[in-house]
Amino acid sequence: MAVLQRLKHVTQEYDGKIVLRGVSLSVRRGEVLSIIGPNGAGKTTLLRIMGLLDKPVGGEVIYRGVKVRKSNAPHIRSKITMVFQRAVLFNTTVFDNIAYGLKLRGYSSDEIERRVGRVLERVGMEKFSKRRAKTLSGGEQQRVVIARALVLEPELLLLDEPTANLDPTNVTIVEEIIRSLKNNAAVVVTTHNLFQARRLPDRVVCLLDGAVIDVGKTDDIFRHPKDERTRKFISGKLF
Amino acid sequence: MSELLEIVIISLWISGTALLLSLLWSIPIALTLGLRRFRGRGTLISFFNAMLGIPTVALGLILYLILSRGGPLGILGLLYTPTAIIIGQAILITPIIVSLLTSAIEAVDPEIMNLARTLGASERQASLAVLGEARKGGILAGVAAFNRAVSELGIALMLGGGIAGWTRVMSTEIQRATGAGEFLLSIQLAAVLLTIVFALTFLMNLLRRD
Amino acid sequence: MLITVLGEWGLNKVVGIMLIAAICSFASLAYIETLRRTEDKLMVATTTSLYDTGLLDVIADRYRAKYGTNLYFIPLGSGQSLEHAKRGDADAVLVHSPSLENQFLQENAGGARKIIAYNFFAIVGPGDDPTNIENLSPLAALQRIAQVKATWVSRGDNSGTHMKEKNLWQEAGFDPTELRNDWYLESSSGMGRTLSIANEQRAYTLADMGTYLKFHRNNLIDLEVLVSQGKELLNVYSVMAVNPSAHPYLNFNDAVRFIEFLVSSEGQNIIDEFGRSEFGRPLFYPAVELLRENTDPQLVSWIRDYAFFENSECPPRYRLGQEELYE
Repeated sequence: MAVLQRLKHVTQEYDGKIVLRGVSLSVRRGEVLSIIGPNGAGKTTLLRIMGLLDKPVGGEVIYRGVKVRKSNAPHIRSKITMVFQRAVLFNTTVFDNIAYGLKLRGYSSDEIERRVGRVLERVGMEKFSKRRAKTLSGGEQQRVVIARALVLEPELLLLDEPTANLDPTNVTIVEEIIRSLKNNAAVVVTTHNLFQARRLPDRVVCLLDGAVIDVGKTDDIFRHPKDERTRKFISGKLF
Repeated sequence: MSELLEIVIISLWISGTALLLSLLWSIPIALTLGLRRFRGRGTLISFFNAMLGIPTVALGLILYLILSRGGPLGILGLLYTPTAIIIGQAILITPIIVSLLTSAIEAVDPEIMNLARTLGASERQASLAVLGEARKGGILAGVAAFNRAVSELGIALMLGGGIAGWTRVMSTEIQRATGAGEFLLSIQLAAVLLTIVFALTFLMNLLRRD
Repeated sequence: MLITVLGEWGLNKVVGIMLIAAICSFASLAYIETLRRTEDKLMVATTTSLYDTGLLDVIADRYRAKYGTNLYFIPLGSGQSLEHAKRGDADAVLVHSPSLENQFLQENAGGARKIIAYNFFAIVGPGDDPTNIENLSPLAALQRIAQVKATWVSRGDNSGTHMKEKNLWQEAGFDPTELRNDWYLESSSGMGRTLSIANEQRAYTLADMGTYLKFHRNNLIDLEVLVSQGKELLNVYSVMAVNPSAHPYLNFNDAVRFIEFLVSSEGQNIIDEFGRSEFGRPLFYPAVELLRENTDPQLVSWIRDYAFFENSECPPRYRLGQEELYE
């Protein structure tokens, strides 16, 4: 499968503290990739760099074979969408939240109406279109923010712990949605939930202390971990 | 009555234009102060907070000396024109808009900016998204600023001169009519002024309600 | 509610509407400014006592009807008016403070001075006159007030009336700069407010007739005129053009025409007529014919003593080339 995004020796630090140490990885079209690792391993930091929200202090990000620079970042960013761990919502209706990105892209209001309606149906939220987004429950909010990302039909969708705060029903719904995306986009999901990491992705990247310690197909990682620390982590001994 | 109406219209026009003029620079200043972190930011915020209470007569005097024919900008011939009052009031209300709007922007979820970016917004569009989230504070800032402008006396008097049908606004006319013993006119104008201020505040509360 | 409004319009539209409003309002501002700049107008800095009577509104209406020029009167008090004129912020001044006017002329800040009207100040006080100053001479009245420490309210604002009041105290043997104490109050405000304060404090004060009559007639004060006779209370109004040599943009030609209008029989008639129907007596007396024909030698000699410099209402070197005004 063709590589969509590649990270080469990416280093990041916050307030002088090193958070990522030379991370290299690639995301392929049509796959679900999980980044697993304990809290504080640098998963969110890595995802923000992949989403071009933060610029790394070292290394480079390559998208479709083109190195990301300040000049082309806004253009590339329009093909990537990130969903934060916490549901961040505009203080407007569900409809307006989802329509925001479409409006920026200059779609006609008829087209926006149609696309928003379709995506709401897909996440099972069609009845909530006129509701104020912030009055929804946690699971409903999470579905709205995913819908808001999906409606833009991104090439690369980055999800930061999308099910961390959800009840089992909503977890199933969200995972269904992620799986259904595979044909159209590459999806990167961070998680510290080992069960999810086992059932959801095609491949897994194992991150520890800001460094990639293991990469591979989900089955390979979970059955034959190459790294001793990976083995410890997936057996729950690293927490 | 037509004299009264004329004064009210001139007042609203002058202070309304002052508000719009001030917004042209106050919104970018507030966005910069609220969203960016840079050296001297704290000092600037303290400065604007301190300027909230600037006496209108002091500002009026400074601007008079600048705009007067003998002053550095005298060549423009702006003294005793509505433009002079508009400039003065726009400067007067800048700290009000900047302070209130900066607080409102700071209160917005910091991830909104990033959210807008991930949805494809440019930096300018992302700032606008934050401004949209801060709209309640923005409306409060606008109404407070307009009320201050339309009620102030010092600047309108010193830069406008209270010329009938030209720079005579509600506050200067209340002051003049009171001094001249025309209490009926003073009371009518004061009533109109209070009505405008209260009506705007009421309307603001209505709009701010979710 | 705002959510609904913004939801339907969108923030972009709200910003757009604001921008359109801003453009409209700036456009109207620019339009009106250019309109006002191309029209004929004359800025006249003047004294509040004259302005508040309404006489200047009548003059402005008649002047506009005749010449199409708008007169913009800025009420400031005599001292302040002359300061503004020195800075070039007025084309002409209409004031009543001969000593300040003399200084103004000597500084070459203006000229073409013409005395246009006169009246008398009055010492007013409570109707029962607890200090018994009624019908005393002005100076004797002040001396009596100081002696018994009856409350006196001074304008304290460098207006023409205040200058007059300071002169009176000086002539009565007091130094006005040392007078401020528990019975001598300074209101630092206009005539109207000073009268109101005097009314509340049961105090005496020096008032110009115009403002006093207006307040008295509207029952805003119950102070009575106690002393209004005597050379010392003479009040003389004059007009001057601001010297254009220091401020070339000044509208000197219109200023001269304005002076000509005020001293013409038409202008003098307006002054004579004003207030007769409203107050039953004139507030100001025209001075031009009186001075030219010497119809009342005593009054003329008072005016000459008080408001002439070097035996002339405007010494020739200050006439700014407008000799015909003095023929």
